[in-house]
Amino acid sequence: MSELEAIYAVWLREFRVYLREKERVISSFISPILWLVAFGSGVGTSVSLQDPIYKGIPYQNFIYPGVLSMSLLFTAIFYGVYIIWDRKLDFLKEVLVAPVSRSSVFIGKMIGGCTDVMLQSVILLILGVVIGMPITPLVFLYSLLILLLISVAMVSLGLVMGSNLTNQEAFGLVMNFVIWPLFFFSGALFPVSNLPSWLLVITQINPLTYGVDALRGAILGVQEFSMLKDFSVLIGFSLLMIWLGIISFGRMQQSK
Amino acid sequence: MAIISTQKLTKCYGKLTAVDSLSLEIEEGEVFGLLGPNGAGKTTTISMLCTILRPTSGTAKVNGFDIRTQPGNVRSSIGIVFQEPSVDDLLTGRENLEMHAMLYGIPKELRKKRIDEVINLVGLEDRADDVTKVYSGGMRRRLELARGLMHRPKVLFLDEPTLGLDPQTREHIWRYIKKLSKEEEMTMVLTTHYMEEADMLCNRIAIMDAGKIVVMDKSANLKKKVGGDIILIKMDKPDLKRIRKLSFVKSAERKDGAVQIVIRDVDKNLQKLLCKVGKIKSVEVRPVSLNDVFLHYTGKEIRADEEEGGYWERMMQSSVNR
Repeated sequence: MSELEAIYAVWLREFRVYLREKERVISSFISPILWLVAFGSGVGTSVSLQDPIYKGIPYQNFIYPGVLSMSLLFTAIFYGVYIIWDRKLDFLKEVLVAPVSRSSVFIGKMIGGCTDVMLQSVILLILGVVIGMPITPLVFLYSLLILLLISVAMVSLGLVMGSNLTNQEAFGLVMNFVIWPLFFFSGALFPVSNLPSWLLVITQINPLTYGVDALRGAILGVQEFSMLKDFSVLIGFSLLMIWLGIISFGRMQQSK
Repeated sequence: MAIISTQKLTKCYGKLTAVDSLSLEIEEGEVFGLLGPNGAGKTTTISMLCTILRPTSGTAKVNGFDIRTQPGNVRSSIGIVFQEPSVDDLLTGRENLEMHAMLYGIPKELRKKRIDEVINLVGLEDRADDVTKVYSGGMRRRLELARGLMHRPKVLFLDEPTLGLDPQTREHIWRYIKKLSKEEEMTMVLTTHYMEEADMLCNRIAIMDAGKIVVMDKSANLKKKVGGDIILIKMDKPDLKRIRKLSFVKSAERKDGAVQIVIRDVDKNLQKLLCKVGKIKSVEVRPVSLNDVFLHYTGKEIRADEEEGGYWERMMQSSVNR
């Protein structure tokens, strides 16, 4: 029972911190709104999707699932990589010297991150309803389930990176070599089919592609892969990341 | 019975040996000080003893448990007050303590009572429900002390408990630590680079340098060996031989254009000394410092004070770049 208690303790800390960091919460909504409104409707005026399966879908609607995934991705990875700063101070030590297993610390952290991401996703889904996306209550719940899966995967990925990096400067690397590529090559902004083959390969090994695809299937009713494939990839990737995360947390040491 | 014993505990970073074959025993109930300049390996030693850093070789037992093979048991036997701030500044004092209580498996029924107890102990009753962001450095330190104690550890580690605090706050913290060691009969291990701090608090002191223990003894004995007070006299043509012959003078040396004299019982003997040495330009009296003790045992001065952590970071960096 004490391990569950520990998971709860770590989660509770993350949750309280999230609620108190108002700047972080507010800023996490600004960029998706800009993407949807400025980019979506702006580019949308001169772009119409030629792909047969997406024909007739307004560009803004097309990228809505992509923008949902994007804001999730940023929040999730930032959350994970934030450990670098926790580590710089001695905050993380307090948790690392506690007589609880590192897996519990990881799980607590992971659930904490997913909570942040899900709260944000709920608000963005409501925003979607407001701007006229076809979101029924059922679609709303279905999308939340998919978003939860993606967030488990991405928060865990962030934590894996955060626990293995010790240098604050590495943050820029993560931004440029992980976050942006994951986003751009996920089909968030353009359909994956009809891409040149090198780009196609990149998008197909990107786990986020399947998240975006599943969301698009749920919200717009069109997708390129089967739901089964999307779910399998997401679940598989999440399990892999959780496994790596538990190992990385177990190995985490102080730098002096 | 020794509650902590280390056997050839060693930590290397690349070519650098931060802690070098450390073997020592700390008795139950003792307040033990690890004293030394920045970069001597004090924090590294503590990190290994509290199982967040794996030794390169050797091992240690804390409360009978091996730090390598039974880290879980070690962790539940100890409490730690870290060098850097480690309370969450967006949580209130009480919330920080609650989290700690949950992590250490303090039963729910006991939690509130224990939290109130330690809050009273460190005198934070009025501020317990403020977020720690608005605490002063001293208040944070007190909260960290409270937290380290809450689960009644067998051993409490204090890593530079008063680093960066103003003298008044330092006195406060010292008072709390003394009170705790007396009332709770807890074994405490503290690191510091302030001689007077170790002197004030510790039963025994080990002076560390470059990963090794230079000398280990009761504080009074350490100081006795070095001597009483230090007198710096500026004068023309000092007669060192004559000064050395005086019965109360322990040593006299030339240093930076002045004469440095160590004498016993400065209150009684300063007058006599000044009468004997002849015409002087200026005189300065100060108590024996860490630097003097250190100098006495190692024959060299403490490295110029570097910002704590900076030294290690640079060493780490250079070992990575190599």
